[in-house]
Amino acid sequence: MNDIATPVKAKTPSAEELALIKKFLSDTTLFLGPDPEIMQNHDLMPRTEAEDEAIRKMSDAHTIAKIRDRIQAGCDEGYEMVEQMGAAPGAKWGDVITGVYSASGDLAIASAGGVLIFSALVHHPIKFIIKNWMNDPTVGVREGDGFIHNDSRYGNVHNTDQSMILPIFHEGKLVCWVASTVHEGENGAIEPGGMPSMAESPCDEGLKMSPFKVAENYEIKRDILTFLQNSVREPKLQYEDMKVKLFACLRIKQRIEETLKTDGPSALVSTLRLTMENVRAEVKRRISEWPDMTVRTYIIQDSTLRENCVVKINCKLTKTGDRLIFDFRGSAPEFTNRPTNTIVAGLKGMLAQVFLCYVWPDLPRGQAAFAPIEVITDPHSIVNCSYDAPNSQSLMSIFTGFTAGQHAVAKFLYSCPEKYTKVHAPTFNMINTFIWGGVSQHGETLGNLCADLNGMGAGATVDRDGEHALAPIFATMADIGEQELNEEDVPFLQLVSKKMTRDAIAPGKYRGGQGYTMIVATKDSEQWGFMTTCQGAKIPPLQGLFGGYACGAYPLSKVKGVDVYDVLLDTPEKFKHSIEEIMNEQPFEGASYTTHHMGMGFEISKRGELFMISQGAGAGYGDLLERDPAGVIRDIEQGLISPAVAERLYKVKFDPATLAINHDATAAARDAERKARVARGVPYAEFVKSWNKPTPPSHLQYFGCWGDDVGKLYMGDVGKYREAAAPRPNYMPHPKDVRIAELEARLAALGALGGEKQ
Amino acid sequence: MKVPMTEYLCVDLDSEKWECRVCNHEIGPATKGYKEGMLVYDRDPREIHPPIIDPEKYRFTFSPDPEWVRILEYYCPHCGTMVETEYAVPGHPPLHDMQPDLPALRAQWAKRGEVTVPVVGPAVTADQGHSH
Repeated sequence: MNDIATPVKAKTPSAEELALIKKFLSDTTLFLGPDPEIMQNHDLMPRTEAEDEAIRKMSDAHTIAKIRDRIQAGCDEGYEMVEQMGAAPGAKWGDVITGVYSASGDLAIASAGGVLIFSALVHHPIKFIIKNWMNDPTVGVREGDGFIHNDSRYGNVHNTDQSMILPIFHEGKLVCWVASTVHEGENGAIEPGGMPSMAESPCDEGLKMSPFKVAENYEIKRDILTFLQNSVREPKLQYEDMKVKLFACLRIKQRIEETLKTDGPSALVSTLRLTMENVRAEVKRRISEWPDMTVRTYIIQDSTLRENCVVKINCKLTKTGDRLIFDFRGSAPEFTNRPTNTIVAGLKGMLAQVFLCYVWPDLPRGQAAFAPIEVITDPHSIVNCSYDAPNSQSLMSIFTGFTAGQHAVAKFLYSCPEKYTKVHAPTFNMINTFIWGGVSQHGETLGNLCADLNGMGAGATVDRDGEHALAPIFATMADIGEQELNEEDVPFLQLVSKKMTRDAIAPGKYRGGQGYTMIVATKDSEQWGFMTTCQGAKIPPLQGLFGGYACGAYPLSKVKGVDVYDVLLDTPEKFKHSIEEIMNEQPFEGASYTTHHMGMGFEISKRGELFMISQGAGAGYGDLLERDPAGVIRDIEQGLISPAVAERLYKVKFDPATLAINHDATAAARDAERKARVARGVPYAEFVKSWNKPTPPSHLQYFGCWGDDVGKLYMGDVGKYREAAAPRPNYMPHPKDVRIAELEARLAALGALGGEKQ
Repeated sequence: MKVPMTEYLCVDLDSEKWECRVCNHEIGPATKGYKEGMLVYDRDPREIHPPIIDPEKYRFTFSPDPEWVRILEYYCPHCGTMVETEYAVPGHPPLHDMQPDLPALRAQWAKRGEVTVPVVGPAVTADQGHSH
């Protein structure tokens, strides 16, 4: 025994000593990492004395409405500027938000268009600036300053989004903030385009910009800009879009200053605060109209983008009075070396979109709409990951989290008489598009993506089919853009585009909106490649609603060993315009035809090789036997479904030549099918006796809780799990190592290892 | 009073039972999940989402993998209406997906009065544009 190990009675420090300790820790902080106090909170900041004072001076509803509209118009103007002038494809097609934030950092008013996920999570970096830089003599916050940010651990969705943040002063006093955020794409990660699926740690994810000052006197600091340009693959884009965002912020600032001149600072501050408080109160009132109920659902991710496995997003949604609680406990644990984790703010941002886009689209855009809604997760969960976990593909978890929320919410809304939209089956939720990069035909280094990800099929509603390739779930007013314009800048063509993929369906009384085929081939560069970052090639990432079916599965197909441009010149009749025909008929002799899951890491392509995918369908609504037969025939005529599949599923009888419906035969076939259901269906109690299993299937790598036991999270194997509240590392082996081990085992079984020393 | 809870289900607040809205069949106590009164069918997902490319040649075909996911179809035992579907990992216990608080529901609807046709929600209509 020695002195060190001898227990001594701890001395309680005095108040003076405590203050000294606090000061010491404050003065000697070694690293200002993401602040959990900021990052875990999505509610509004408490009303400040300045806000109280402003509200006392001005709280007239008409004046507030006038000022709010004026600020809203300013935000929309800034949004238009970014969309029109931005260099990033994301900017051009609406992956943008502009907004005005209160002096405390809450997003009070956001642009009507663009990506509303930002509305719930771009406020965190401003709060970081307020907390840490405002009073720091080495940084400070002054008129003319501009701050940049992209590290999602300090706020925002993923590191491909960059923000420009400006404080707005009036007579030397901070009155609010303005900011502009854009999905820039390229950020210097290990794969081009800003969303690396190969990232195994945060260090693989490119630029990590915690909020820092990049502009003074409204001018971008050239030394810092040059460093940033050197850190990414698209230096010109980096500069251009920083300028665009800065000038969009300055335009909004101009509109704020006009308001300050006409109405004064109290009116502005009062408008920002009361807008948020009123929206928050209205949301609680609307929730109280829903039935008190608990709804359970889960969505399955079928890959980490590196390997196929089963990853559960578990959701229990409980409404009691005016409280609404999303409980995501039981979802998969975070992956230590896969990037499909999300910070919890990302999940909350997507859930906010359920409401802002699909439930209460009439509410003013801003942080307040989601502020009173509660979210619970496990620590170190795939939907609430830690600082050390990569999250560059957080979209996988926030999109499936969104769908769980959308699916659960629909079950509350049906009975509620007070509706602002129609009850809606889940919209397709994966970004089925090509991310691309390399050296263009103009010799420029590029890295970005096709905006076709915005073409997600819509879910069906209570009284109509889902619309095809409508909009991304994260921006209902985004655009897909003109591919022909894009092709002026990039060395590949979309040989097939915007053609609906036949039989990739989500049937129902009202069917889901369908997705279209994309077939791309590189043409004018020897240094160009593609990647895809989606789940859903084995398990649909949706659930259907009220008897409707979800979508099917969507794989990646490749044809290699062919130059399709030579084929188009020499034997154009061999080229086919669908994945179905090319893969089934294999028209190019000597070529290889393969299929893959949709997590293709960046892959260099040769001229004329085909990469083929399809956008996905939104979910169907209601029993497909209730579908209007005319709607089924219309789907056949529009090439959405083949006649044989339509007849088999929908039990519609028609003349194969004229498509004339035989209504009597259809009614008889449907009656027969209902009887057949009753005959083949098994009573629930009997069914679960054989169906229910105590653990996940041994043939699947399963992550998350099993059944209702949310306290135990499986980690890929029946024998490997963690207590939900006790995080453990969750490493995945390299897929190539797994494959090598499989092949070596087969060689060993054949005795063909040749005596190789181990 | 009957409260329509889904396209095909309502809760009778007097009897506290789930009912089929198509055929009025009494499904079971609303204190339990409606699925407990349903017939269930374990559907191979390839039957609903047919392979678009040849399953003899390819690993991925546009069909979900039946060893990874099944579709549980829930039928009204009386009229055969498909009330709900559930895409489930094989062997995963079916979810108790809707668990209403009956006293709260009763209090809420006592103020509203019975509706026979559920509110559909507003239609999206073309704006007439801005004019003076």
